[in-house]
Amino acid sequence: MKAVEIKKDVYWVGAIDYNVRNFHGYITPRGTTYNAYLVVDEKTALIDTVKSPFKEELLARIRSVMDPAELDYLIVNHVEMDHSGSSAAVMEAAPEAQVIATGKGMEFLHAHYHGSEEWDIKAVDKGDSLKLGKRSLQFIPSPMLHWPDTMFTYCPEERILFSNDGFGQHIATPQRFHDEVEDRDIIDEAKKYYANILLPFSSLVSKKLAELKDVPVDIVCPSHGVAFRRKEDIEQVVSAYSRWAAGESLDKAVIIYDTMYSSTEKMARAIEDGLIDGGVDTRFYNLRISDWSEIAKEVLDAKAIVVGSATLNNGPLPTVAGFLTYLKSLRPKGKIAAAFGSYGWGGGAVKVITEYLESTGIELVEEPIQTRFVPPEEVLSACWDMGARIAKKIKER
Amino acid sequence: MDKYQCTICGYIYDPEKGDPNNGVAPGTEFSALPDSWTCPVCGAPKSEFEAL
Repeated sequence: MKAVEIKKDVYWVGAIDYNVRNFHGYITPRGTTYNAYLVVDEKTALIDTVKSPFKEELLARIRSVMDPAELDYLIVNHVEMDHSGSSAAVMEAAPEAQVIATGKGMEFLHAHYHGSEEWDIKAVDKGDSLKLGKRSLQFIPSPMLHWPDTMFTYCPEERILFSNDGFGQHIATPQRFHDEVEDRDIIDEAKKYYANILLPFSSLVSKKLAELKDVPVDIVCPSHGVAFRRKEDIEQVVSAYSRWAAGESLDKAVIIYDTMYSSTEKMARAIEDGLIDGGVDTRFYNLRISDWSEIAKEVLDAKAIVVGSATLNNGPLPTVAGFLTYLKSLRPKGKIAAAFGSYGWGGGAVKVITEYLESTGIELVEEPIQTRFVPPEEVLSACWDMGARIAKKIKER
Repeated sequence: MDKYQCTICGYIYDPEKGDPNNGVAPGTEFSALPDSWTCPVCGAPKSEFEAL
C-alpha cells in the first residue's frame, strides 16, 4: 500500500474502511476513510493517524515514502480514536517524535493512552506554528468542532487546510479528491456528516467560517472521505456549511413514525398527502426500518417534522423515544412540528412525543391527532387537513 | 448563587467552586465573571451559558 502524493512532498497516508456500516450509531452504508497526511520537508510531520485496526495500513503507506522512525512530529488534530487510534503504534515506530496537540488534546491523549506520559507532547494554542523547513504548520484550535480538543492545521506555503472532521464525509473511495468521484454525491455525504456530527455546534461553525474567510486555501483535507481542491468544489462545500450552520431550510416536512398494526402508518400517509397537496416536499420514514442518520440529514434543512407512534405500555414505541432522544441531542433550531399516533385504551404515546419535542425547543404548531385502534375516515381526513395546514405554515415561514 | 451551564458542551459553572485554573476564585458569581472568561472545557463565550 502506497502513499498518495496530493501536492509535492505532501502525502495522504490514511486507511480505507470499506466495511464499516455502523460508526458508533452513525449508519455508514458507504464505509469511510481515516485520513492521515504526511508532510516531508527538512523535518517531517504526520498529521493525524487512523483507527487502530488499520495501523499497519498507515505504517505501510508511510514506509512507501520514508522510514517511520525518522518522523519528527505527530500532529494530533483530534483525539477521538478513529484519528488518534494508531498514535501508540506511531510512537513505538518513532519514539523520538514530538506529539503536538491542543491543551485539551494533551489531557485527552493521557486519558486514552495509558503510557503516553512517556511521550514528548507539546500543547499548542491559537497563533502557534511549527517550522518544518520551506513549509510550516499553523495551528487553529477549533473547540467543539466537534470535541473540546479539536484543532485544524494549516500549511500556508502549500495553502492546505487540514480540517480534521470539518468538511468530512463518511464514504470509502479509492480516489482521494472530490473531482475524481463525480458519480457519487459527496455533498450529500458531507450534509449527512454535518447533520449527525456538527449540527449541535452550528453557532461555532459560523464563527469559524468567518474567522477563516480570508485564509487562502487550495486544498481542504478533511479526516474522512475525499479532499476538495477545485475552486468550485471548495466554494460548494464551504457555502453548504454556511447554509447549514445558519439553519437555512427548505419547504420540506419530514414524517417520522413507527407503527404496530399500520394505524399510525395510515395516519402518517394521510398527513403526508395533505403536505404534498399543500405544495411542499416530504420525506417519509418508518423508524423501524430507516437509517436514523439519514433522517437527521433530512431534518437538517426541513422546516417541519411530524412525529407519530403507536402506544405501547402507555408510551411511544422505543424506536420513537430513541430517535427523539437522538434528535434532542442534535439541538435543531427553528423547526416546527406536530405529533400524532394511535392507542387502544390509556394512550400516552402522543403525550410523550409532545414533551420530547417541546424540550428540544421545537415549536408545536398543531394539536396532536390521536386515534383509538384503527383510524376511521374522519380521523384520516383530519390528518390530511393537518398536513395541509402545516404545508401552509411552512410556506409562510 | 446560581449555577450556569454551557449550552455547547454541557460544562456547569458552579460559583461556589469558581474556576481556579483560570484565575476565578471560589465564590465568584457567574455575572461577576469577566467578559473575556470562556468555558474552560470548550472555549464558548459567556453568552452561550444558561442559568440552571
